[in-house]
Amino acid sequence: MTIGGAVSSVDSAESDHILRVRGLSVAFTGGSRTVDAVRDVDLDVSRGELVALLGESGSGKSVTARAIMGLVDEHTSVRASEMRLGDIDLLALSEGARRRLRGERMSLVLQDALSALNPVLSIGDQIGELFRVHRRATRKQAHASAVDLLGLVGIPAPSRRVDDYPHQFSGGMRQRILIAMAIALEPELLIADEPTTALDVTVQAQILELLDSLRAQLNMGVLLITHDLGVVMEVADRLAVMYGGRIVERGDADSVLDAPAHPYTEALLRSVPQVEARGGQLLTIPGSPPSPAQIPSGCAFHPRCHLAIDRCSTERPELLQITPLRSTACFRSEELIDERG
Amino acid sequence: MNAADTPLAEAPATGTADARPVVLEAKDLVRTFSSGSALNPTRVSAVDGVSLQLRAGEVLGVVGESGCGKSTLARMLVGLDRPDAGTLSYRGDDVTAGRRRDRRLLRRGVQMIFQDPYTSLDPRMTVHDIIAEPMAAARTARAAERTERVAELLGLVGLSDEMMGRFPHQFSGGQRQRIGIARALALEPDVLVCDEPVSALDVSVQAQVINLLGDIQKRLGVSILFIAHDLSVVRHIADRVAVMYLGRVAEIGDTDAIYERPAHPYTQALLSASPSLSRADRGRLSRRRILEGEPPSPVNPPTGCRFNPRCWMSTEECRTTVPLLREIPEPLPLERLVACHRAEDAVTAAA
Repeated sequence: MTIGGAVSSVDSAESDHILRVRGLSVAFTGGSRTVDAVRDVDLDVSRGELVALLGESGSGKSVTARAIMGLVDEHTSVRASEMRLGDIDLLALSEGARRRLRGERMSLVLQDALSALNPVLSIGDQIGELFRVHRRATRKQAHASAVDLLGLVGIPAPSRRVDDYPHQFSGGMRQRILIAMAIALEPELLIADEPTTALDVTVQAQILELLDSLRAQLNMGVLLITHDLGVVMEVADRLAVMYGGRIVERGDADSVLDAPAHPYTEALLRSVPQVEARGGQLLTIPGSPPSPAQIPSGCAFHPRCHLAIDRCSTERPELLQITPLRSTACFRSEELIDERG
Repeated sequence: MNAADTPLAEAPATGTADARPVVLEAKDLVRTFSSGSALNPTRVSAVDGVSLQLRAGEVLGVVGESGCGKSTLARMLVGLDRPDAGTLSYRGDDVTAGRRRDRRLLRRGVQMIFQDPYTSLDPRMTVHDIIAEPMAAARTARAAERTERVAELLGLVGLSDEMMGRFPHQFSGGQRQRIGIARALALEPDVLVCDEPVSALDVSVQAQVINLLGDIQKRLGVSILFIAHDLSVVRHIADRVAVMYLGRVAEIGDTDAIYERPAHPYTQALLSASPSLSRADRGRLSRRRILEGEPPSPVNPPTGCRFNPRCWMSTEECRTTVPLLREIPEPLPLERLVACHRAEDAVTAAA
């Protein structure tokens, strides 16, 4: 790690990062005042690894994803001290070069598959477009590649369905089509923004399994953005928890989920119903998540935190390394860990 | 109620529950919608022969995937939609016909909590007017009494009575859901029908609303029909669970029996598909039973057992004969009914 200070420490043993982000801040400048949606986010994703970014609405997780993809409008300012995809410096690229990168080396799967697909083009045309634009394939080759891809993501009778239109597919099938488009050119990095939120559990299970097997097959890094703890439990290798635009806890998923070091993570884990505590009171977090326009002073979580002390409301805790694999941004994380231990 | 003499209802584990009177009873409810164009008419079979009994003070969970008819069922139970066939009775009174008197009875006794707190509150009404509206419509109280009652209800759902003059947009999602709950409680109903009451809320806020519902249930003794797709939430709150698939009840019974020893192949698949909430179970993904295909649409549903095209155990019988809800013999707990020809085999295979 070349940058000094605790913030740059990386919670991962591997060094072959596909994605390396340091000090990412995103602000919306469109309105009468600037809204800081994401502040000082560091992220790493390695090849073949699945990193989950967990957060509630307004925590800045989707904004982070779009900023990494370079999908921002003129009213959004993105700043970062470092943003690299493999050996490419994303900050130094022109808009055109960035555009060529999307789909080719990094791609995004969105939540709402129906609005992400073009309703007047057949599925084959939409998938084929990737090959024709990026690979200069002929129509015929593109069509054949589209059929292969549909088969890869588990769509039955792909050669027959390739000429169908998005409305002819169910929600789960559309999500598979989006994933097919995202992996078409075998990118090194796949960002999936709530890919299963709109789906039923049985279909969600299919999609998660698909993502998991494709990641192994293609050796991709996956950044999975979600609010669903169950999904994180199931598939994450590493985990970053966002609250109020910042990462508040980060580390390998096993230890973070077993022994959270930030009160927010702990409260989230304890607020979901557990089999043993059936019928009893669930632990609740008072209040609701803050809007990005009104982030509380000091630690953003302090108004809702049961461990908050005076210091929490005035001074913001830095994201500090607590073990070689983990970081947390809380003044009282040691007590939190001791209390449990 | 006849069901009280069946062995099912007399099973020891639920014995105490069965002494309680039935407040809301649905028998063989059917609801079909017309759809498609004039040239190509289709019929959507949303609910097909659902029977349920809700006893006083009981929480009955209803789970199922989208398109299984759970929301249509909820709308029929509160009288927002009328069944094509079957009967609905409230405290023994048949209210199926939806006459003026029926509707009044049902409205006083059965209230609904909606899924989306952003669209179920009128943005141009104050909180006071929203919560007082049921009382005004039912003419149960004079204006001054209504205000007093609104303050009381706000306190009950954990909001301050100073918020009465505010409008819905000034509240967060969790607070709005509390307002919706206060409105539903205004007429002191016996039954609350909750259609996905927490799925539009942030994770950290869901627990507040679940606790509130549990608390209200205990304090006021209302019965709750709790519809959700989140299986862990239903397990937490429900005494009994009904699993629905394409408009029919696949399995119904005691919560522990269903979660621990599901007897319908669909219940088994649904339970194994939902992500576990403990890290230790990770990797179940590869071991678990992942259903092929999508839930088929209720437009032209399959014949016989509606689950047969996705079922790994289906036989010729499943394709031709509709399985009825039935008990399955010992050694299983009796407090459940299952609609599967091969339930015994399914239980043995899962064990």
